Amino acid sequence: MTAQRTSTHTIDMSSVLKSKTTNNDETEACLKVENLNLFYGQKQALHGINMEMPKKKVTAYIGPSGCGKSTLLRCINRMNDLVDNVTIDGNILLDGENIYDKSVNVAALRRRVGMVFQKPNPFPKSIFENVTYGLRIQGINDKRMLEETVENALRGAALWDEVKDRLHDNALGLSGGQQQRLVIARAIAIEPEVLLLDEPASALDPISTLKIEELINELKEKYTIVIVTHNMQQAARVSDYTAFMYMGELIEMGATSQLFTKPVKKQTEDYITGRYG
Amino acid sequence: MIKLWFKSGAPWIWLNAAAVSVCLIMVIGVLGLIIGRGVGHFWPGQVSQFTYQDNGQVKTIIGEHIDSSVTPAAMAKSSGFTMADNEETLVQYLVKTGNRDVTGGDFRWLQERNLQQQSTPEQLIVIERREWGNFYGELVAVKENGQIVASGEQAKSVLQTKIAAVLAIHAEINHLEKKQVGAINYSLEQLRLEQKRLQIDNLWNPTEEKRLNDKKTNLDIEYKQYQTQLAKLYQQIRRDSLVAKTQDGVELEISLSKVVRVFQPNAMNVFEKAVHYGVKLFEFLADDPREANTEGGIFPAIFGTVMMVMIMSIIVTPFGVIAAVYLREYAKQGFITRLIRIAVNNLAGVPSIVYGVFGLGFFVYILGGNIDRLFFPESAPAPVFGTPGLLWASITLALMTLPVVIVSTEEGLARIPKAIREGSLALGATKLETLWRTVLPMASPAMMTGLILAVARAAGEVAPLMLVGVVKLAPTLPLDGNYPFLHLDRKFMHLGFHIYDVGFQSPNVEAARPLVYATALLLVLVIVGLNLAAILIRNHLREKYRALEG
Repeated sequence: MTAQRTSTHTIDMSSVLKSKTTNNDETEACLKVENLNLFYGQKQALHGINMEMPKKKVTAYIGPSGCGKSTLLRCINRMNDLVDNVTIDGNILLDGENIYDKSVNVAALRRRVGMVFQKPNPFPKSIFENVTYGLRIQGINDKRMLEETVENALRGAALWDEVKDRLHDNALGLSGGQQQRLVIARAIAIEPEVLLLDEPASALDPISTLKIEELINELKEKYTIVIVTHNMQQAARVSDYTAFMYMGELIEMGATSQLFTKPVKKQTEDYITGRYG
Repeated sequence: MIKLWFKSGAPWIWLNAAAVSVCLIMVIGVLGLIIGRGVGHFWPGQVSQFTYQDNGQVKTIIGEHIDSSVTPAAMAKSSGFTMADNEETLVQYLVKTGNRDVTGGDFRWLQERNLQQQSTPEQLIVIERREWGNFYGELVAVKENGQIVASGEQAKSVLQTKIAAVLAIHAEINHLEKKQVGAINYSLEQLRLEQKRLQIDNLWNPTEEKRLNDKKTNLDIEYKQYQTQLAKLYQQIRRDSLVAKTQDGVELEISLSKVVRVFQPNAMNVFEKAVHYGVKLFEFLADDPREANTEGGIFPAIFGTVMMVMIMSIIVTPFGVIAAVYLREYAKQGFITRLIRIAVNNLAGVPSIVYGVFGLGFFVYILGGNIDRLFFPESAPAPVFGTPGLLWASITLALMTLPVVIVSTEEGLARIPKAIREGSLALGATKLETLWRTVLPMASPAMMTGLILAVARAAGEVAPLMLVGVVKLAPTLPLDGNYPFLHLDRKFMHLGFHIYDVGFQSPNVEAARPLVYATALLLVLVIVGLNLAAILIRNHLREKYRALEG
């Protein structure tokens, strides 16, 4: 049953990518999802997903609530391992290496694949300690190195100027938008290859949202970014590629400009024109 | 109308308010009672001289008026008093007459109708003694080496200077006996044990014997020096005495070495009384008990209580936290964990005496007995850990309060938002690192809550302690200057047990009653103090990790 579905929904990424640009280096696939099925107990939440996400590009997942886009995102850094009763089959390749292989160290994987959650979740520690958390876990305690990293990460997250004078204040004193940028700084401080953003702006006000979006544009120069959003305008603004999901299946994936203007599938067109949902 | 009132919900609010008020009134009442009775105990009362007609004889009785009772005539008749027809009530005064060595009792009931005269002459003195309780009467003379050196009015000032000198000598003797001689005795005992240990291990040879004997000789020499020093001091302290006259005109010679203080309450003004009060209060807090615990201080009991609670906290916190972390974070949630939780919760409801019996049977006899057999064969047949002591008492109470700590820690862990854990894991932390660096610090206020509840329960517990380590009078504190300083095998005193002992087991219950209230007040204060300390730490932690409230 699954195999059948899979075959119908497989999208030939290579052709998509080629049509988008001519430079092969830029479109090298960083993440590759192969035939991924996910079950919550008996219930299947993801059906045979196949997709490729190119390096140093922003890929957005869109779709109605409960379509499995967050679940798929959480598969990429194996966050779903923490949920009871989850069974996953299929592969996800990160630089050609299957992250679901038995030999993979999950903690090391998560160092390579950072994640930012829907609601800002800074630790109840100082701003400095929040940013250095990942480094300290790796056993790095050299003060100069930590300070350097904090500055770079906060600059990278466009937060440095706002907090440079109060690095040792509690992070919980920051506003929601600042907290979310702090969490991004925390994620990029350990220099991951991939950054997963799970509706990073949904709990924020419009100005903070704008800042986050600008930040995403800057970050994609260094990181491969996958973003889940329920806001189609946001997907159109920030992403290079967009994947539309519905009921746990990948319906269509393509270059953002193409998907929003000339969707191939009827379902996609219905969704982006607001006829569904 | 009434129906409407019921519907409005107002009666429920009133009911709740009434319930809260009743609780408050009861708490305030209990505290008020023990404060009222306990705090007044150290204030010097007036000493009265009664002229009393007893069986046709007229007598003089000297004492402090403590209490009054009013008995209806009928009741008085049935208990053997002869009552005139016009008398409706029998009024009696309880008077503390002291002089137990002369009269055989400390207290007397006087019938008001037989009182002829009552006055408070200034020359009456109260002597607080180290034995036989208080003396009430008049000072006659002061003696030195059996010769009268002062008498009459002059005797008073001479007496006070002599008492000050004697008290200084007494303190010196005390210091020598407890510290120096105590340390020598301890060392000698250690040497004896070392010799026995060597003999058991078959390592006993002439060199060892010589080494130990040399040490022993040195200690003996030191001991002899202290002995001569002490003998001299004892001679000095026994030199002086005072002569005092009781109510019946009997003259009594009291050695100054037995006197704690002499004062004239009727001649004191408020300021002097306040000073007296302060001195007595300090003595109560800082001194060792005297006279079967009914006089003097309760410092060893305060010390023992606090020490026991602290050791218990040190034991119960790690165990409780580890158990809670396992149950909440690692164990697979299911039938077995539910069963364990039910068992833990039920453990909290087991009567404390059961823990005492368990502690005695398991910790003291089995664990302690085996420890003695394995590690202290040299001190057999005298037990070291195979007898009730501080360690076993602390462990028993730790076991008793373990459920509280487990339950509150578990609740604290459950309250940590999932987002925080995921945030940590997403940064490449393992589960252990996440727990250690983020979850446990954030759950620490909940652990402190558990500890506060545990301390509150443990500090007030008496029943199990009676089986596993508390004694009426401990000669040494569990913490002293002899290596290894903290003696977990020693028995200790405890405020709760002290209250029971003084109030119900002492030969002189009437005299000790105010002391019971004072001790109860102190126990409450100690528990409040321990709790306050824990609450302050918790509030500090809460402030630090206030993310949880989101």
